[in-house]
Amino acid sequence: MAILIDRDSRIVVQGLTGSSGRRHGLLCRDYGSQIVAGVTPGKGGMHIEGIPVFDTVAEAVETCRADVSMIFVPPPGAAEAILEASEAGIRLAVCITEGVPVRDMVLVNRALMSSSMRLIGPNCPGLITPGQCKVGILPGEIHHPGSIGVVSRSGTLTYEAVQQLTDAGLGQSTCVGIGGDPIIGTSFIDVLTLFNDDPDTEGVFLIGEIGGTAEEQAAAWIRQHMRKPVAAYIAGMTAPPGKRMGHAGAIVSGGAGRAVDKISALQDSGVMIAESPASMAIAMQKALNAAGSGSHDS
Amino acid sequence: MKLHEYQAKALFAQYGIVIPRGQIACSIDEAGQAAASFGGACVLKAQIYAGGRGKAGGVALAHTVEQAREIARGLLHRRLVTAQSGEQGLPVNSLLVEEIVPVARELYLSLTLDRNAGYYCLIASPEGGVDIEQIARQTPERVRRLTIDPLVGLRAFHARGIARFLQLEGHLGDAAVELILSLYRCFLEKDASLLEINPLVVTEDNRLMAMDAKFSIDDSALFRQRDLAILKDDSQFDPLEVRAARSDIAYIKMDGRIGCLVNGAGLAMATLDMLTECGGHPANFLDVGGGADQEKVVQAFRILLEDPNVAGILVNIFGGIMRCDLIAESLIAAVKAIGNRIPIVVRMAGARREEGRQLLEEQTDLNIVWQDGLASAAHAIVQLLAPST
Repeated sequence: MAILIDRDSRIVVQGLTGSSGRRHGLLCRDYGSQIVAGVTPGKGGMHIEGIPVFDTVAEAVETCRADVSMIFVPPPGAAEAILEASEAGIRLAVCITEGVPVRDMVLVNRALMSSSMRLIGPNCPGLITPGQCKVGILPGEIHHPGSIGVVSRSGTLTYEAVQQLTDAGLGQSTCVGIGGDPIIGTSFIDVLTLFNDDPDTEGVFLIGEIGGTAEEQAAAWIRQHMRKPVAAYIAGMTAPPGKRMGHAGAIVSGGAGRAVDKISALQDSGVMIAESPASMAIAMQKALNAAGSGSHDS
Repeated sequence: MKLHEYQAKALFAQYGIVIPRGQIACSIDEAGQAAASFGGACVLKAQIYAGGRGKAGGVALAHTVEQAREIARGLLHRRLVTAQSGEQGLPVNSLLVEEIVPVARELYLSLTLDRNAGYYCLIASPEGGVDIEQIARQTPERVRRLTIDPLVGLRAFHARGIARFLQLEGHLGDAAVELILSLYRCFLEKDASLLEINPLVVTEDNRLMAMDAKFSIDDSALFRQRDLAILKDDSQFDPLEVRAARSDIAYIKMDGRIGCLVNGAGLAMATLDMLTECGGHPANFLDVGGGADQEKVVQAFRILLEDPNVAGILVNIFGGIMRCDLIAESLIAAVKAIGNRIPIVVRMAGARREEGRQLLEEQTDLNIVWQDGLASAAHAIVQLLAPST
């Protein structure tokens, strides 16, 4: 059953008529996701390879019963697209857009407090429940159905981790890229909570990086609540302070956000740390073995 | 993106925030003229994109025009190394020459993002002119942090509370309320990520004045802050970083010998960590991005090869949406176009990796070595460079 998305998810693509929206919307459909509609204001009535396009998300929800939105709207309009999805009754919005202004996200973050919609991202690769449904830009073919939940602030580094897990015979229940921005809709803790309660997930691999204190908070939560083995890798041990390492949120400032602090916080909570990016799957296997549930599934 | 102090103060002035009288000087003569306009008594402040200027000699007092010229001669067109500037320091191309204002009290005020709350917050302290993080550690009761609900905004009653905390009463209290509200308006309207006045001072003649100003703008909002975006001072960056930024490549220069070309920021960081673990020293962080085309890969290669410290290159690509064979073709095209004398180790994984490998292995004369794993690739480039060290 996995978390957040499965084969029954009905997806609307906001920005389907743009080049990335179209490309990834169709790639998701090829993977098996039900792409039921697109939304681009002013393009209602169009079809993209058989997918109906509407002017508003509300119409897509009403006509096509969409419950998940994948957002490819460029930065100036991304916040509005998220708010529109929320008001239209979408259950889960996944915002892939990179470069959404922080001021816009501060407002979105506040507005979503009184909404039942969950936001993932922005600036994220999306999520996948292998073999069932993909919402985002992740490469489907490296994923394999199984029982490891993956949660990450990164994109290609997550693919690296997933490839290692798949090669080691550790399939995935769901993989969630929560995004690399300073303000994101769904935190490590939100996803850990879902994995903790998901009967299909036996263990979790967490990929963090420098900047902020999300990993430290996750560590504190894991210590108190997590019933399943967790392994983790934290990128940026060698990052110079004060420099923004690509992601808008990846910066060590004023002595906060350092990789060593995150690693020791996670270790103190019993998380198995991958010392090297080459040994992520090994760390996961060790964590499973230590918990006495080292089952291979493939 | 950062603004220089003089640019930040000019913006403050537009919002009615009182600043010292000052002039910008780019030459010794201009510094002398500015000093003369203040009767010789002035403070000269080096304009660079880093803090810690005071302790590094980047802020100096002059009592005569001749002294001001002497200070300007020592600072202008040299590099100033501060605790925050990096070892190379930053070039001083201009000085802010200001009147000397007698100060009665120094306070602290800033607005920034509270990442945990996802809200903006105001930070104030009656202890100004010093490191605020130190104050927060040593005497936390002397620092007030106010989280701002964006739907409510920062209101006059909030500002009155802060003014009280700063022990500003009577007309100074009124001035503080006005200043705090103006600062918040400026913060929002300019898409700032940090506004800091340290110190905010009460002058001996009882005025509230911003003596210093730090101003950072959210890079993601520059598309709607074009008049601020053009203020970016390229001289404050490594020339290769400037070039990379123009090509939309995330690049940070470091001081090792192994150039790195990676797709994705997280993987790029992990690649640096991997290299360091193997005893190597990365020359840079470089993320070509998710949708890199051939042109971008060529640009990235040029940047790596133009760094004289780079003695070898590690390419680490995870093909997802970006296919390995297309990247391999781009690499080959780049090396052929630019020419190459140094060893390149390529590691690829993901979509169409075998096709990429085949393409690269057909090119036997390009000094490109293929490796399957992340660890083995890092070891390989470290070993290839080992004999020459």
